[in-house]
Amino acid sequence: MLIRLEKVTKEYTLGEETVQALVDVDLQIESGEYLAIIGPSGSGKSTLMNIIGLLDRPSRGTYYLNDRDVTEMDDDELAGMRNRYIGFVFQTFNLLPRQSALANVALPLVYAGLDRDERHERAREALRSVDLGNRMHHLPNELSGGQRQRVAIARALVNKPSLLLADEPTGNLDSRTGNEILELFDNLNRGGNVTIAMVTHEPDVAARAMRSVRVFDGRVSEAR
Amino acid sequence: MNFGESILLALEALVTNKLRSALTMLGVVIGVTSVILLVALGTGARNYIEEQFAGLGTNLLIIMPGAETQGPGAAGLTERPLTYDDAEALDRQAYLLQGVAPIIFGSVQAKHRGETENISVMGTTPDFATLRNIRVEIGSYLSDSDVTGHRRVAVIGQSVWRELFGAANPLGQTIRLNDTSYRVIGILEKQGQTLGFNMDDMALIPVTSAQDLFGREDLFEILAGVVRADRMEEAMDQVTSILMRRHSQEEDFTLQTQAALMGTLDTILTMMTAMLASIAGISLVVGGIGIMNILLVSVRERTREIGVRIAVGARKRDILRQFLIESVVISSAGGVLGILVGAAGALLFRAATGFPAEVTPWSVIIAFGFSTLVGIFFGVFPARKAARLDPIEALRYE
Repeated sequence: MLIRLEKVTKEYTLGEETVQALVDVDLQIESGEYLAIIGPSGSGKSTLMNIIGLLDRPSRGTYYLNDRDVTEMDDDELAGMRNRYIGFVFQTFNLLPRQSALANVALPLVYAGLDRDERHERAREALRSVDLGNRMHHLPNELSGGQRQRVAIARALVNKPSLLLADEPTGNLDSRTGNEILELFDNLNRGGNVTIAMVTHEPDVAARAMRSVRVFDGRVSEAR
Repeated sequence: MNFGESILLALEALVTNKLRSALTMLGVVIGVTSVILLVALGTGARNYIEEQFAGLGTNLLIIMPGAETQGPGAAGLTERPLTYDDAEALDRQAYLLQGVAPIIFGSVQAKHRGETENISVMGTTPDFATLRNIRVEIGSYLSDSDVTGHRRVAVIGQSVWRELFGAANPLGQTIRLNDTSYRVIGILEKQGQTLGFNMDDMALIPVTSAQDLFGREDLFEILAGVVRADRMEEAMDQVTSILMRRHSQEEDFTLQTQAALMGTLDTILTMMTAMLASIAGISLVVGGIGIMNILLVSVRERTREIGVRIAVGARKRDILRQFLIESVVISSAGGVLGILVGAAGALLFRAATGFPAEVTPWSVIIAFGFSTLVGIFFGVFPARKAARLDPIEALRYE
């Protein structure tokens, strides 16, 4: 089992009130799966994403990533886990504006401790896998929205993560470009055996995934 | 990420914001430049003093009336004065002394054919010229018989000559000093200013004649040369015992060596230099605050970038190091620039004025070290702020 959440609860304190963003969430994701996480805004799906992506810690409960209990790990260990096992794709791409596509893609490898030549080699390879082999030295603002998202996907994949975490990856794209991105996801999942968890609020986007879970009021249930 | 790459990354970030980086650096440049310049000027002042003392002759011992505990201000008022006879006794008895020159100072009105000048007169003996490396340009210097005979003869400085005689030859001419006639027997070589004391404005007359002229027996001081520098202590003991014997066993006089006087001045100037450097150091601290300010802005602007870096696996210490290195690169580059500008300024000043300003290695090392420290110190706060950002909020930051 790649991901196993057991009774994960996340609470925030807002003034005197305690807000429960997630309540007793049990969720498992198998290697090779393509999972859609759906739910209205404010339902807790972003919190779920952040916890799965190791950017946030549960208040209670246990999270096993590759059978390792990550709730016990310190910040540095979590950074290492993110670097090795998680690839993020954001709605707003989040590319470094003054760095070339190649440098953006190579960024995770910087923190993996690889030398410059190897980083560039692997970044080139990742860019080619998303059909951007001819745009490597462009800056993000010289690329279209779809191309930027593909650079972001290449960045997410460059360190060969166990899980690709996508947060509304088509939210900032027109439907045609969005479709291209979703096709890329399909190919990666089927051809490349990449495990994908994707947050979306669009039902037709969620329909592309093998499996959907719905988040509502902090509780997760199988949708299909 | 290794250290070399961290520095490359910092340079990249600085080049991206060229104007901002340059202006931030300027604060440090100004600070370091002023440290280097002020220390160079302070060192120059010490060099100047050393040159001056070197011109005064070496192995000099100065004997002043008045006990040391009373301080120089009380000299000669209640104590037994130093007299010409004391000087004579030293000359005869102290075999460790090589030349003894009693000195009397006074101010007089000098006249020659309608020209009137207020000048300083020094009454002394032939030994004075040897002790102070003074030479006569034309004519002759005071002789022993001039002294013993109370002769009214004068050796005049260059300025006195010009003012009283113009271009005319003064040798053998008569000048009147407070209505006593003196014959000019020689003109001193041009001496120039030495520690605020200018022989060019003076007339030298025999010490005995000066006693007659001013109507007083007591000496201003006695100048003595010691045979060898390493026998200074012995010579001082000898002088003390000879004079105490003559002064009813009282030590009512003070001995001072040229070396001690120079040491005192050197200490004062070193302290002044250090003080000036510290004041300049304050501007360096202000430069550091500038760095901190800009880095805080930069951290805010690059919040998203920091969020992305954390998301892809940067540890807190990676982020901390990134911003800290940026800070240190700004401050130490500013330091290097400041050292170059300061050194160039000091050398230019030296070339333009002849003042012996000197850029010392220690001021360069301290200025560079201090500017680097400033970078670390003022970089820590923004860097910690960056490292402590919550990645979730950072990624959402607009």
